[in-house]
Amino acid sequence: MFKIKKTKLNELFAAISDGNVLYVPCNIKGDTDYAVWGEGAEADLETLKTVKSAKSVFFPQCEDIVSFTREGKNVTVNSMQRESEDFVVFGVRACDAKSFEILDRVFLSDPVDTFYKTKREHGTIVALCCTRPEETCFCKAFGIDASAPAGDVTTCFNGEYLYWQPVTEKGLNLTKTLQNLFESADENDELAVADEQKNIREISEKLPLSSLDLSYWGKDDLLEKFNSPKWGELSEACLGCGACTFVCPTCQCYDVRDFDKGNGIQRYRCWDSCMYKDFTMMAHGTPRPTQMQRFRQRFMHKLVYFPSNNDGVFSCVGCGRCLEKCPIHMNIVKVAKAIGGEKDE
Amino acid sequence: MMQQVVDIMRKRALQLLGSGTVNRVIGWKNGEFGYDQTPAVFKTEDELSALVYDSFSSPNLSKYLIEESKKEGKILAFLKPCDTYSFNQLIKEHRINRDGVYIVGIECCGMVDINKLKALGAVGVNGIADDGETITAHTLYGDKTFKKEEVLLEKCLACKGKKHVAFDELIIVNAQDDEAKPRFDGVKEIEAMTPDERFAFWRSQLSKCIRCNACRNVCPACSCLQCVFDNPKSGVASKATPDTFEEQMYHVIRAFHVAGRCTDCGECSRVCPQNIPLHLLNRKFIKDMNEFYGEYQAGADTETRPPLVNYTAGDVEPTVISDKGGDN
Amino acid sequence: MNDMLIPSVGVVTEIRKDTPDVKTFRVVGIDGKKPFEHIPGQCAMISVPGVSEGMFSITSSPTQSEYMEFSIKKCGCLTEWLHSMEVGQQVTVRGPFGNGFPVDTELKGKNLIFIAGGIGLAPLHSVINYVRANRENYGKVTVVYGSRSKDDLVDINEIQNEWMNEKDFEVHLTIDRPQEGWDGHVGFVPNFVKELGLNTQDTVLLCGPPIMIKFTLAGLIELGFEKTQVYTTMELRMKCGIGKCGRCNIGDKYVCKDGPVFRCDQLDEMPSEY
Repeated sequence: MFKIKKTKLNELFAAISDGNVLYVPCNIKGDTDYAVWGEGAEADLETLKTVKSAKSVFFPQCEDIVSFTREGKNVTVNSMQRESEDFVVFGVRACDAKSFEILDRVFLSDPVDTFYKTKREHGTIVALCCTRPEETCFCKAFGIDASAPAGDVTTCFNGEYLYWQPVTEKGLNLTKTLQNLFESADENDELAVADEQKNIREISEKLPLSSLDLSYWGKDDLLEKFNSPKWGELSEACLGCGACTFVCPTCQCYDVRDFDKGNGIQRYRCWDSCMYKDFTMMAHGTPRPTQMQRFRQRFMHKLVYFPSNNDGVFSCVGCGRCLEKCPIHMNIVKVAKAIGGEKDE
Repeated sequence: MMQQVVDIMRKRALQLLGSGTVNRVIGWKNGEFGYDQTPAVFKTEDELSALVYDSFSSPNLSKYLIEESKKEGKILAFLKPCDTYSFNQLIKEHRINRDGVYIVGIECCGMVDINKLKALGAVGVNGIADDGETITAHTLYGDKTFKKEEVLLEKCLACKGKKHVAFDELIIVNAQDDEAKPRFDGVKEIEAMTPDERFAFWRSQLSKCIRCNACRNVCPACSCLQCVFDNPKSGVASKATPDTFEEQMYHVIRAFHVAGRCTDCGECSRVCPQNIPLHLLNRKFIKDMNEFYGEYQAGADTETRPPLVNYTAGDVEPTVISDKGGDN
Repeated sequence: MNDMLIPSVGVVTEIRKDTPDVKTFRVVGIDGKKPFEHIPGQCAMISVPGVSEGMFSITSSPTQSEYMEFSIKKCGCLTEWLHSMEVGQQVTVRGPFGNGFPVDTELKGKNLIFIAGGIGLAPLHSVINYVRANRENYGKVTVVYGSRSKDDLVDINEIQNEWMNEKDFEVHLTIDRPQEGWDGHVGFVPNFVKELGLNTQDTVLLCGPPIMIKFTLAGLIELGFEKTQVYTTMELRMKCGIGKCGRCNIGDKYVCKDGPVFRCDQLDEMPSEY
């Protein structure tokens, strides 16, 4: 394990930026999101939940896929270069770190999504322990340990220091390039970090939603869950916006659209939401005409359909962003409890 | 303090359900942490035990009445003073069936912005105490107390006054301060900027937009059955685009669409996940219209013709734009 | 790397007007060859860049080695554009997508009943011609095909001149309402099916508008068919074609990847959102 004084973080970021594009949570006009670190960037490592999750680095909200030119009757396809520069994402919390396992199951399963795959190959994840978990955090319900985030490097703030533990080959390689900035952590440091991790786990235990019972959910009795009479009541107040989907680290639905630039056509993909009424709209109508059906689709997907196809793994990491951002505070926790029974009370 | 009001609300709701005046009630239901309420429809005494009303009952219920007022039987709607402006405006636009709603106007002591509490250091909030003057957040890391006026929602800082402009009956227990608060200071600051500064300001704000459409979907003035941004043939998608210009136009176009109809209910800014100060766009229109056509408050009543659809000989000439320096 | 999101250019070499609102387009690659190989029932994404991209059944049989054909009904933005184009127009194609019919496994050696309504013939067309090309692998074939009017029967020339002359092929046509110049059967497909004395041991391939599928399936069950004997295809909005964009997700299935062909007993296990 290594350590570096908090006061030297800017030096660390500068060193990482030398040879990599560095994404760090930055304060942008009062809100925190991943942004490229550089001149004028104001890193914010206090805020636990960036508005958009770290998925936005690997699966951007808007991404060019291919471009075309049309001349008379002729069409030319211009394949896009896959992004290939190496990059580092710093400050990924345990929930977001876990979300990559879920996104990998989607995008890296056959046939592979080459855009995502390229980014995964070139990206190094530096994960960061959650010093002060919040009430909306329920990663523990998904077996995630906020004090031990999965990444190529795991870091943890404690006292005056940031502690740095390379985990994977990629992590070791990155660490090598930064060697001269680090001090070696000694036994006392290791103990202090272990202590801090214990603290974090203790807080996690006490979080109001940590005991969220998901035993009802999963792949079995799909139709029973689908036909629950409670969907109507739960979805009643849903405004049909896409806030929950767009801030979600595991929502991965996208739209493919063409944009006429005037001198050619850019085909791009952008995040889409199953909450939108045009999501499944076809020329002759939609199979999900009501907001209840669209609402149900989102939660059934996360709690039933996805686990059914993925060894029981839920498509939720308990980051709690949707709890914070839903305009009417309806969310996966309320759904899971209302339909799955409140066994924790 | 609000508990007394909630008890009266619940009792009255039960009476109206019992007498058959209404067959359901729309209000708010508590969440997990004391601040995360969800609008809900109640039909029975049992369900009504979950009804809450306090400093976090900010969602404006009027928009739900577009659908609810058309269903079988009357619905009792608990409306705060500012919600009644949206209600009136929707009546004026023939979006709500007035006969389908029984309005019980309820007092409002100002709604609290949980984001402000959190920004001021209330991390891990799992309970709230409100004594009218102060708000105490019980958190995992200890209690934090704030003066209520420091943590009010933006819309409450620009309160139009505590008078209900539409109601069938009122529940007012605590005396209400009826003064409207000034609301154009923020607009004036932006007007004082140079065009370049102004452009930079909006660019930096609007570029945060993730196009979730929460502002549009919560907006009582956005009551079109089919939004232009949802029409695939319009060429403007309701999704993120690679073109930042169109991205920014979304909010400007929306502000134009609701001009003269926006009651300044402030829901757009409240729900924006990126905290874009969208109310400033709407208030700019309101301020300009007030200056051009005389004071007008959308939703103040159900009869007055809105300035943009009411031609008078005294209307300003288009040259007012250049007079105001818009061609810089 | 084989990237399923990136299309290749296809050239439209022939356009046939089948009905007032259905045209069949013949497509080859820019090299003049068939764009890719497929299984009957599989689909392809066709797009006109700048207009839109859509998923269409490949109507030609895999045994057709020269080109691919698509019978497309005019019903939206993209299809209107396709209907207005001329021979020589280039479009983009990518595929194949989906599972296709189990022609070399479950269907092999069986007597087959094809039931189609309107443009629903499109996905079955490929199977029928595949069966014709591999006649020895299949038993008796019955085709029941109906449309609104005689003018709406897709591929009527091929049906009358080729299918009707095929050995062990029985073809039954019907139209919804009586029409001058039509001396065949009049009535809806679901009712017609019940009158034909179909052998309940045979395997059924059913395709058409959702309402027609629903009633025909009910009729077949009434006749004594099991749901495990009936295959159908599903149509949902699709964008990626590879089970990632989420649009065609029903239950734990992605129609673009796990479908579009489903056995009717599988449908019972899926939410009814199709």
